[in-house]
Amino acid sequence: MKTFAMGGVHPEENKISTAAAIEEFPLPQSAVILMNQHLGAPATPCVAKGDKVKVGQLIGKAEAFMCANVHSPYSGTVAKIDTCKDAFGMTKPAIYINVEGDEWEESIDRTPDIKRECTLEPKEIVDKLKEMGIVGLGGATFPAHIKYNIAPDKKAEYLIINAVECEPYLTSDHRAMMEHAEEICIGVSILRKALGVPNAYIGIENNKPEPIAVMKAMAAKFEGIIVEPLKVKYPQGAEKQLINAITGRRVPSGKLPIDVGCVVSNVGTAFAVYEAVQKNKPLIQNILTVTGKKLPSQHNYLVRVGTTYNQLIAHAIGTLPETTGKVISGGPMMGKAVSNLDGPTTKGASSVLVIDEGEATRAQETNCIRCGKCMNACPMGLEPYLFSSLVKNRRIEEAGEHNILDCIECGCCFFSCPANKPLLDEIRLGKNLYRGILMAKKK
Amino acid sequence: MKLLNVSGSPHVHSDESTRKIMWRVNLALVPTLIVAVAFFGLNALLISIISVASCVLFQWLIEKFIMKSPSTICDGSAVVTGLLLAFNVPATREMMWLVIIGALVAIGIGKMSFGGLGKNPFNPALVGRVFMLISFPVQMTTWPKPGENLFSMVSVPTTDATTGATPLGLIKEQGVGAAGDVMQYFIGHMGGSLGEVSAVAILIGAIYLLCRKIISWHIPVSFIGTAFIFSGILWLCDKTAFVDPVTTILTGGIMLGACFMATDMVTSPMAKSGQLIFGVGCGLLTIIIRNWGQYPEGVSFAILLMNSVTPLINRWCKPKRFAN
Repeated sequence: MKTFAMGGVHPEENKISTAAAIEEFPLPQSAVILMNQHLGAPATPCVAKGDKVKVGQLIGKAEAFMCANVHSPYSGTVAKIDTCKDAFGMTKPAIYINVEGDEWEESIDRTPDIKRECTLEPKEIVDKLKEMGIVGLGGATFPAHIKYNIAPDKKAEYLIINAVECEPYLTSDHRAMMEHAEEICIGVSILRKALGVPNAYIGIENNKPEPIAVMKAMAAKFEGIIVEPLKVKYPQGAEKQLINAITGRRVPSGKLPIDVGCVVSNVGTAFAVYEAVQKNKPLIQNILTVTGKKLPSQHNYLVRVGTTYNQLIAHAIGTLPETTGKVISGGPMMGKAVSNLDGPTTKGASSVLVIDEGEATRAQETNCIRCGKCMNACPMGLEPYLFSSLVKNRRIEEAGEHNILDCIECGCCFFSCPANKPLLDEIRLGKNLYRGILMAKKK
Repeated sequence: MKLLNVSGSPHVHSDESTRKIMWRVNLALVPTLIVAVAFFGLNALLISIISVASCVLFQWLIEKFIMKSPSTICDGSAVVTGLLLAFNVPATREMMWLVIIGALVAIGIGKMSFGGLGKNPFNPALVGRVFMLISFPVQMTTWPKPGENLFSMVSVPTTDATTGATPLGLIKEQGVGAAGDVMQYFIGHMGGSLGEVSAVAILIGAIYLLCRKIISWHIPVSFIGTAFIFSGILWLCDKTAFVDPVTTILTGGIMLGACFMATDMVTSPMAKSGQLIFGVGCGLLTIIIRNWGQYPEGVSFAILLMNSVTPLINRWCKPKRFAN
């Protein structure tokens, strides 16, 4: 069974919400839509206060190069165009909407029928992805039309679909594959056509036998889709590690997957691509897991973008348990701790994970005993302990020489450190400082 | 309203801790302790207890009154040092008080003077042991004969009636003809320090540590392998002047040193390639000291010398990068 070349850890899987079927989340009374829900510059609002909007209407236009369109997930009236504190306390431009009814744009096909044929040319597919505001749903929210617009000097050889879901707790991809296998495969075929590659590989870790079986059966009906079961190891879902596991290739330092002929998209993105291209539906909804060991019930929801974390929690479980220590957006290894529960969800949100006090509190840090566990766990073959001391002593350029920028921030080092040293905190700081130095040198 | 924690990822941690690692090392030393008590009687047990107790006490005193820092005696590292120090001395009555001096040097100079666990460049137990060897050469090389039957532990020692030399001491004095039966050496039926006599017991502990991934095979295998090959070459050159390789690795402290002392995380290199260099260096130095040095045994010095170049090895030997 394939896996990536080096390092990696085995956190407790805790996939306790796999059995919960996807439920449609009810509409709120008012909602806030952030203008940057993607990597890059924020979209420019193209509606004014008082305007009536429909579900699926373009409300934020991508004007910069690295940007994605934002559509209204609700029908109603634009209350104001202002800024909003997101779930992590950052102030971002946003559009406030008073929700009235649920009226969709007529161009969107809301029938449950599955549309299999796609007659669009590759160029038209990419334009469609741009129009529909599709971004990568694996976490980085990279605008899809940029990824699938291959530079003339590069050539794509592999399309890799990331269905690894190596983060503990998360089950949204699992449920999507169980319930929408055919749509996903159509989406993958569309992406394959856009790239003009012979084969698409869907990587799934073998701790998910059911989705593997479902996807294998479905993929057999399609041309050029290969389901690749992978040995369980975190962080298999990291782009560079997944490419390595499936193709054996390694993305060189500072390069992109396309430099080794690979394009990687999340399985959730493939579903969004199907809806965008075949059903004309912009990216306004995503599948989101609400989970936690101490929660009375586990859920997978189809949620409209802009639903707040508080609304999700209130609807799913009422109130947070007394012993809650932390609420995380995303998985426990790479997710971000939510500091503002009134913040809205975005296109890339994958979960609301509620962690208990005991687990949420970091243990006392002690001296490094030079055991080398961080080094052995690092999937990039780096030396986290060294970065930690170099950054503490502000020897940032030395850290740069030891390739601190190769770090993918997977958290394996901190996870495995017996001395509880916050290695990744220091590495993040070091990366930022080193990037600053590089920028200053350029000028 | 109740406040939530906010911190950077990852938000979960493996169940590894320094404390767990150290107590597992202690557990791995138990078979060796049992054999030591079986062969050398209650002397061995008393020396071990005194050594451990004084190591823990000195660490507590230094942290409380000199460093004025929170006590770390519960992490088990002082116990490891105490046990290893006891395993490195002969089971004689003098040792019951001499080992206290050794413990003070091991903990005070070897460990706490550098800032405590993790900061010491040299293996503390070996620092204590070498200090004792140089300061009390006679007492440190007076070896009791191991008891004739395996479980003579009930016989409370009143005097050290019988003393015998270690196999290596005999060989040093009388030439290679003095070497004895290899099987006896393997089980541990020979003179020597408390913990170095039984290869079997040491290997049981080492296998446990390997399974627990506290040590990796690189240092023990390269250390013992190098000693075996190097002494084998010498032996093949001149069988009358050099000891055969099997006797070489089974006698003296090679097994204990390679499995428990050279593998000390704090003082050995981190990258696998560095660990191989470290082990080879230890093996070479041990054989050189044994054959051409003043002392019949050279494991302690070999490991301490290699400890001193560990930072250099860490600088040279980098892990293989993923994106290269």
